[in-house]
Amino acid sequence: MIFSLNSSTVDIDAHPMKRLLDVLREECGLTGTKEGCGEGECGACTVLIDDAPVCACLVPFAHVRGASVTTIEGLGGDHPLQRAFVEEGGAQCGICTPGMIMTALSLGEKPTLRKVREGLVGNLCRCTGYEAIYRAVRKA
Amino acid sequence: MHASKTTPAPAVGRSVPRKDGAEKVAGAAKYVDDLVFPGMLHGRTIRSTIPRGRITATRLDFDQRGYTIADYRDIPGRNVVALIEDDQPFLVEREIRHTAEPILLLAHESRDELLRARVEIEYQREDPLLDPERSPTSFKSLGIDKGAIDDGLAAADLIIEGEYRTGHQEHIYIETNGVIAVPQDGGITLLGSIQCPFYVHKAIKSLLGWSDDRIRVVQTETGGGFGGKEEYPNLIAGHAALLALKANRPVKIVYDRGEDMIATTKRHPAIVRHRTGVKRDGRLTAMDIDIVMDAGAYVTLSPVVLSRGAIHAAGPYRCDHVRVRGRAMMTNTPPNGAFRGFGAPQTQFAIEVHMQRIAETLDIDPVKLREINAFRPGDTTSTGQVLGDDCSALDVLRRAVRRSGFRTKHRRYAGTNRGIGLALFYHGSGFTGGGEARLASKASLGLCERGVQILVASTEIGQGTRTMHAQIVADALGVPFEQVEAVQPDTANVPDSGPTVASRTCMVVGRILQQCAEEMKTRLNGMTPIEYFAAHGPLIVTSEYEGPSGIKWDDNTYRGDAYSTYAWACDVAEVELNPDTFEIRPLKLTCVQDIGKAIHPVLAAGQIEGGTAQGIGYALIEQVVMRDGGMVNSQLTNYTIPTTLDTPPIDVEIVENPSRYGPHGAKGVGELPIDGPAPAIVNAIRSMGIDVREIPAVPEVVMNAGNTHQISGGNGLAGSGRREARTSTRGNAAGDPHGHASRPSAPRLPPPTSRDYP
Repeated sequence: MIFSLNSSTVDIDAHPMKRLLDVLREECGLTGTKEGCGEGECGACTVLIDDAPVCACLVPFAHVRGASVTTIEGLGGDHPLQRAFVEEGGAQCGICTPGMIMTALSLGEKPTLRKVREGLVGNLCRCTGYEAIYRAVRKA
Repeated sequence: MHASKTTPAPAVGRSVPRKDGAEKVAGAAKYVDDLVFPGMLHGRTIRSTIPRGRITATRLDFDQRGYTIADYRDIPGRNVVALIEDDQPFLVEREIRHTAEPILLLAHESRDELLRARVEIEYQREDPLLDPERSPTSFKSLGIDKGAIDDGLAAADLIIEGEYRTGHQEHIYIETNGVIAVPQDGGITLLGSIQCPFYVHKAIKSLLGWSDDRIRVVQTETGGGFGGKEEYPNLIAGHAALLALKANRPVKIVYDRGEDMIATTKRHPAIVRHRTGVKRDGRLTAMDIDIVMDAGAYVTLSPVVLSRGAIHAAGPYRCDHVRVRGRAMMTNTPPNGAFRGFGAPQTQFAIEVHMQRIAETLDIDPVKLREINAFRPGDTTSTGQVLGDDCSALDVLRRAVRRSGFRTKHRRYAGTNRGIGLALFYHGSGFTGGGEARLASKASLGLCERGVQILVASTEIGQGTRTMHAQIVADALGVPFEQVEAVQPDTANVPDSGPTVASRTCMVVGRILQQCAEEMKTRLNGMTPIEYFAAHGPLIVTSEYEGPSGIKWDDNTYRGDAYSTYAWACDVAEVELNPDTFEIRPLKLTCVQDIGKAIHPVLAAGQIEGGTAQGIGYALIEQVVMRDGGMVNSQLTNYTIPTTLDTPPIDVEIVENPSRYGPHGAKGVGELPIDGPAPAIVNAIRSMGIDVREIPAVPEVVMNAGNTHQISGGNGLAGSGRREARTSTRGNAAGDPHGHASRPSAPRLPPPTSRDYP
């Protein structure tokens, strides 16, 4: 099945009902997308599908046919959000970080604190109490 | 010859880039589930579905081709998880002691196929013991005695009693538990999401009956621990090892969220009863405290959890006559275990809510009551420890009151649906009593071509171990932070620095590393590490923990210096009651915490903010629902932890009153922050006149609570007790006013302003 993955066109052979999360991690070898709960509650597996944040554990692979999927690997490592997460302590154990950054990407430029809080409500972090994440997102 | 080197800027005290930051934000850090080995199988654990009974039959209703199946008969060594007591089996033989107890192990190449396998277990069921207070089996009981309790009670004007309850709490590290076992070269390597590599090593050695060198334990990047990956990974590693050895292939066991919540350890529920003698002016004359903890079905770490709980039970208060009795009781529920705070959150919840009730009863300002009784340097704790100048109880109290505007808000919120409360608390750093001396932890430094490598078993679980250790070493050696690196904890390469628990990684292991660095500096004799390595090749320096002189502890009598130092804190919570739904919304937490020295201010604040958020969840929303001895809300859908919208602004002030024992004066910081939020929040609820004495204070608890008993005046909603305060009085104290006040129907305040969240 053909879709765009991190700005490259790819053709991946996997069962159409397989979770996008598993296809990304197993077929595509992109393990930056994490599983935290498998039921769309924690947001650790958030990726962008056509620029909208989505839990990859809830999406069957067939859903992304022809779509554009962006994972944490697509940011390259030196994105302003990634730098800000390091500087501000937004990443502690790091397991929620990729999903958190993907959701934060969808919040646009210089979001207000209110917008950040509301926008990140579907991404759980157990380490930071969110304060450092707000500082990072607002700094980037 | 090697002179004229400029000393680099100190790393300690600066928020240098964390060592693991770049990999984590890039999604490149490898957690256990990210690893794949050739020929690897997936493992699954078949568990009991009853809380107590005996197995009568096991039926495998599936085509077993392609499966590896293991049970207790495949254990070559001892079928006990070696920890404190040898009571917990890796795999049940016949007797079931709790729901979700592991019985049988399956492995298969395909995860989907594995989940399709049907195993039927038949049982002869017995009635489970679920009430810790009615359990006949105590895993541990202990007592602390200071002075003579009867004398203290006789000297009181008033005796105030109370009972306080705390529930289970689930860790909810966002990465679930997992281990991969790889058999190779006559040995086995275990890679996993773990806090304590040498705990796993010890447990596997006993399970397999092998020599040390055949077992290697490697920590993979770990997505949170909070104590939940202290001892439970011993079991998972054992299971993976048994399957891997039987299949002679690598086996990965990664729990899904439901299994992780049903099967693994939680915070011990506790019932704490206080009977306190007080003078009319607020001075404490006697503290009589009884603690019951629900240990679950096996001993695991309960004796030490109880011990820390008991030592902290009297709070940071001076009192000449203290009696503490504690019991950890067996029940037919999954064993409870280590969780950040380790017994202290339960007992300090009790004492801090009790102090609030004392203030209400005496009609004394809650700040003043604490000022009167807070420890000062020179005071003695319940175990007889004389506190030094590193005691900051009064300082953190006054700073928190000032910073939060406590007094003004206390007046302003009176009679509204807002409340404000505080909690004063402390936390001992490192292992209790003689624990550190017994551990005799070691740490090493080695040279490499890039500079210096840190060799410790202390794990990075998000708290910043690698970074903070590197800062300490860099400054002690006088080299740039960038030239110090931490190697992956691997029992084949690093010395046993003890477990990554008990707020000891900075204070205790960091101090050993500092000694190592000082010794290495002498050995380098003026050369830089890079120069020395180029000229002479490898050099490794190892140091061992040296107990501070003058510290004495007796495990039998519970007398002496329980911890070499304590961290001190005061939290102020502001909350709002929704009078329609009885939900309590936290508005703001102010946390003033003395941690001795913030080696890395951003990381230290991260510990305080994160621990506080976890404490807010513990206080208000995290409710483990047990039915027939098993957790029934084992999903993040119905066991909820604080989201961004549930977490209020957390305003942190770090105080640095140094300890002479930690590196640069550092005290433990990991656990301290979780001791305070629950009592501060419940005291804020109480300030609205609602008599809550248990957590989590979910809407049902708030709705069913009586009104606080107030003898006269005071703030809050007028009303008196449906539930009478159990206050026996001497002299002319007022009795209980009667009457039934209605639920609060107080005026609501306008939404918060300033930097408070909307």
